Amino acid sequence: MRDQSATVLDVANLKTVFNTRDGEVHAVNDVSFYLKPGELLGIVGESGSGKSVTMMSLLKLLPIPPAEIRSGTIEFDGRNIRDISDDDLRQIRGGEIGFIFQDPMTSLNPVFTVGFQLIEPLRVHMGLSKKQARARAAELLELVGIPDAPARLKDFPHQFSGGMRQRVMIAIALACDPKVLIADEPTTALDVTIQAQILELVKELRQKLGMAIIWITHDLGVIAEIADRVAVMYAGQIVEHAEVKELFANPQHPYTRALLETLPRMGEARAARLPSIDGQPPNLDHAPTHCEFSPRCKHAFDRCRVENPQRRDVTPAHDVACFWDTNAGGPIDA
Amino acid sequence: MLDDKKKPLVQVRNLKMHFPIYRGILKRQVGAVKAVDGISFDVFKGETLGLVGESGCGKSTVGRCVLRLYEVTDGSIDIDGTDIATLSGVELRAKRPEMQMIFQDPQASLNPRMTVGSIISEPLDEHKNMTRDEKRAKVGELMDAVGLARRFADRYPHEFSGGQRQRIGIARALALNPKFIVCDEPIAALDVSIQAQVVNLLEDLQEKFGLTYLFISHDLSMVRHLATRVAVMYLGRLVELGDAETLYMSPKHPYTQALLSAVPHPDPAQAGNIDRIILEGDVPSPANPPPGCTFSTRCPRAQPKCKQDSPEWEEIGEGHFAACHFIE
Repeated sequence: MRDQSATVLDVANLKTVFNTRDGEVHAVNDVSFYLKPGELLGIVGESGSGKSVTMMSLLKLLPIPPAEIRSGTIEFDGRNIRDISDDDLRQIRGGEIGFIFQDPMTSLNPVFTVGFQLIEPLRVHMGLSKKQARARAAELLELVGIPDAPARLKDFPHQFSGGMRQRVMIAIALACDPKVLIADEPTTALDVTIQAQILELVKELRQKLGMAIIWITHDLGVIAEIADRVAVMYAGQIVEHAEVKELFANPQHPYTRALLETLPRMGEARAARLPSIDGQPPNLDHAPTHCEFSPRCKHAFDRCRVENPQRRDVTPAHDVACFWDTNAGGPIDA
Repeated sequence: MLDDKKKPLVQVRNLKMHFPIYRGILKRQVGAVKAVDGISFDVFKGETLGLVGESGCGKSTVGRCVLRLYEVTDGSIDIDGTDIATLSGVELRAKRPEMQMIFQDPQASLNPRMTVGSIISEPLDEHKNMTRDEKRAKVGELMDAVGLARRFADRYPHEFSGGQRQRIGIARALALNPKFIVCDEPIAALDVSIQAQVVNLLEDLQEKFGLTYLFISHDLSMVRHLATRVAVMYLGRLVELGDAETLYMSPKHPYTQALLSAVPHPDPAQAGNIDRIILEGDVPSPANPPPGCTFSTRCPRAQPKCKQDSPEWEEIGEGHFAACHFIE
């Protein structure tokens, strides 16, 4: 299932639970994935599927309590970052691992200039002098395509448009030459023409800087365009994982197949009716005892309702958590 | 039937909506945000007109103006033979049942303190003289029509998921048997797997009740699926309008071309060989739109002429309109 050679990030059996008044919410259930240097891993899922919580768990960006990282290992650069101290973790956050959030308006501080927010990580993580940091900050803004960069360092976030703000966020995330960049729905709040600009920018930056990226989105179109590998999440679990071309050409999990079918395609003739997935995503108030997708699945049979499927290899680089064999059109051997 | 379809139900002519900007202690008007600046279009009986554009282009304002939720600055809005832009309060109220709206955010547009049953029957209280039993029967019918179980009538909106809440909003819009419904981004707040459910529901209802939709959205692929004709808006003006198939297959206006090419294709095999037009910069402010063609600041084809003269809204093919000096 996993290629152990040279990974920058290796997450195994991660389990995150929220302890609420109404009981536990199992937001992330036994999630495992890895990231190789320079590649882009796409994580797709609907809201509430646990994709953001997974990424926040990596760097303990969650309020603990109510959140609790119950088990699992997170190996980054040869260390298990679940064991290291908060001080060391602070060095990694915004340093070796950069973060880009969905909404650039709420993730930039409105009372500080963009320059201040760019210089801060450079001073803290890289130990640059004020002057050096200022020069580097201007360089970074230029890198993400903001015209007249040195002058714009003095501007506040509200003086930038949505697309420009997201460019600033990217510049901040890139400030300390991260090995891994985690982008959580970075283009969801943007218009399509601005999204196209940002996607172009990310492709360009990858070539120039070569960091590994985890890209969280619900938009399969964006994934098709930029990802190398994809993990599909449903109800806090990874249900399918494959290289991007393989996943789109040969989807195995009924959920992945349904997601791909529900997408209206621009280039094709108009379908009479959109295929839809009936029902609702499940409530996560219990640890999974059965396949969480089974109530909405057209292939579900008895076993799906009593046992939670584990990920199994379809090919060495493609795995799926499902008891149904899509290629053979029948249940897999028990 | 075919002839009937070609009759416009809604005729909008030269619609303008300018929001004044006040400054200073005397609150003098110093300018106006030209959210909608002179647009004209028809919506035919039984069709879905898609209205697309980026955020801030004025598409939601058009939707609200067409139902006269704003007092329009100028222009006429003719719905089924009556110009509603100039109607008095009482006359307008009598006209309201014919035209309804489905809002974007089902969380914000449903009163959290009202039960689903009372939300759906509120329009009936306002406009119809029905007994309690008649109302209950009507609410039940409406809940059936949108696929909600009747036993949920006494529950509150927070007990429902996003998709179900949107169904409640749709049932409320249908309560008075409207002819025309403005759908303002009705699926934008929903997950992909739920979007398809709601879109299918809207299509079923259209067929069943003979509804006419103005469907406002920024989701170009969903509009292509749903719309008969599509209008593209940029900075308060329409730039192109045409039959959905024609517009998506051979867009004529450079903005439409750029907008369509920006939509990511869910097909990694093609990812490398799409000719993408990347627009430079951002949408200018509608308080201070550029002179001439409003798109000239970002247009790859812009000539000096575009910065001076505003292009005319012209028919360039059968039922295909565009506003550009350099249509190929």
